[in-house]
Amino acid sequence: MFDLYTKRRLTNTIGLGISVAAMAFGLFWLCWILWTLLDHGLPAMTPVVFAKMTPPPGSAGGLVNAIYGSIAMTIGGTLIGTPIGIMAGTYLAEFGHRGWLAPLTRFINDILLSAPSIVIGLFIYEVYVVHIKHFSGWAGTLALAIIVIPIVIRTTENMLRLVPSTLREAAAALGAPQWKIINFVTLRAARAGIITGVMLAIARISGETAPLLFTALNNQFWNENMSQPMANLPVVIFQFAMSPYEDWQKLAWAGALLITVSVLALNILARMLFRQSSSTH
Amino acid sequence: MFLHEARLKRQILLDALFRNMTRVAALGVLLLLGSILFSLVMGSMPAIHAFGFGFLKSPDWDPVNDKFGALIPIIGTLVTSGIALLIAIPVSFGIALFLTELSPRALRRPLGIAIELLAGIPSIIYGMWGLFVFAPLFGDRIEPWINDHLGTLPYVGPFFSGPPMGIGMLTASIILAIMVIPFISSVMRDVFEVVPPMLKESAYGLGSTTWEVVMKVVLPYTKVGVAGGIMLGLGRALGETMAVTFVIGNAHELSKSLLNPGNSISSALANEFTEAVGELYTSSLIELGLILFFITFVVLSIARFMLYRLGRREGKAS
Repeated sequence: MFDLYTKRRLTNTIGLGISVAAMAFGLFWLCWILWTLLDHGLPAMTPVVFAKMTPPPGSAGGLVNAIYGSIAMTIGGTLIGTPIGIMAGTYLAEFGHRGWLAPLTRFINDILLSAPSIVIGLFIYEVYVVHIKHFSGWAGTLALAIIVIPIVIRTTENMLRLVPSTLREAAAALGAPQWKIINFVTLRAARAGIITGVMLAIARISGETAPLLFTALNNQFWNENMSQPMANLPVVIFQFAMSPYEDWQKLAWAGALLITVSVLALNILARMLFRQSSSTH
Repeated sequence: MFLHEARLKRQILLDALFRNMTRVAALGVLLLLGSILFSLVMGSMPAIHAFGFGFLKSPDWDPVNDKFGALIPIIGTLVTSGIALLIAIPVSFGIALFLTELSPRALRRPLGIAIELLAGIPSIIYGMWGLFVFAPLFGDRIEPWINDHLGTLPYVGPFFSGPPMGIGMLTASIILAIMVIPFISSVMRDVFEVVPPMLKESAYGLGSTTWEVVMKVVLPYTKVGVAGGIMLGLGRALGETMAVTFVIGNAHELSKSLLNPGNSISSALANEFTEAVGELYTSSLIELGLILFFITFVVLSIARFMLYRLGRREGKAS
């Protein structure tokens, strides 16, 4: 039989072997999914996609109205969510040393961070869509903004905490009032990190489908009016992919490739930006 | 002199203004949670009145006769998330172990980013890939094998025998597992990294193998954080919508076999909400959303408490 030493060595080798296999397993899915996307998406990626509206079944068309709607709602959601998120994050990092508000907010925020996004869609439906009695681009924008807020709060707080307090003290010693210290010294020092957070938030909402199903819905036509139902890439992909029509499915693959490439590019860009700025400090 | 005082006063005023503006934003987060809960409860009132607690136990889902129950979607959600965790926990542990202990330094960052990119892929992409690529392959190759080998076993057999259609509860679970692996493994990696190097080095110094160091030093030290990461992954899996909707099959049927199509709370919402007619139908769906929110809230709260506990100990030690 094995002696103790060999047994331990064997256990070690097997355990570590399984660990390497797990890593390969994780990468395998990433590669497979990306390859599928390129395989199906690239042939469907024609200039028409960016030139024509979403078609009725059986005829050719593009995705341009959905692309426009997605961009408009993503920008809107980011513009609404970011200032609120930065302010609340600032409170948590700079003023939240005492009292009950900061710990509670931090806790609730961490929960909202991973709350099911479909519930957020339901919420906006209940408080907004029901009252104006139709789906609209604004409703979608609001739902996306609610998803942005917790992400920005989390990164803002984390980044502000990384700013050395000697910086704050130096500014205070020069006689600067606190609002100036925060706005012109600490927030500025944490700028790169906060921008990273905002970019990650944009990446997250540009692929969100569930909250848009009951809020923005979809629209077959070109629409710049945010108070009307608005086409957007994720919902169009959902509808087209679930349909039996081949033309629609092809367009869905083109849209899927488009979304994934932009989301992953944003992710990588955000990381590069953060790394660059943190290495220069 | 007078001018200085006026200036000082203005700055004090601005300070208070700024502080209170940020405080209002923080309060807004609490208000947001409160209003989400309130609006869901209000929206589900008609269903609560009509069905009471029986809603949770009833397997009915009959829009024609206005009879609704949440049992099937609740079971679907819990079962798919549970199986997903069974697959994802060991894999995530392996990945975290590889990234913290085994990987060459140069590869650590790119591989970590690659795993995090897996988390960045929108869930609808997983759904499409699952429906068009994974499910057909799974139905043609794997499910017949499962039927032949696992389906004939005593006790567990009924869970693994069924029509090899590709879509169904098991497929949904596997795709969920792939989706939560990056979440769990990045939390595990982060908590593994807080283990003081001194502890690990002492164990290595006594002649431990890497595996022994991980099992006997790293894991016991970080077990609360690891459990927190797992709960966080569970929270994600429970609420995941699009990937599940594509592949679960959306059948309001209770069946023993995991190969049969089923339903989950989020997929029922995604499929039926915009088409629901009648107050009771809509309100039953909103109550489903409320139940989902409640379950994830509890799970995520436990996760956060566990991670905070590890964080506090970390604070004390340093």
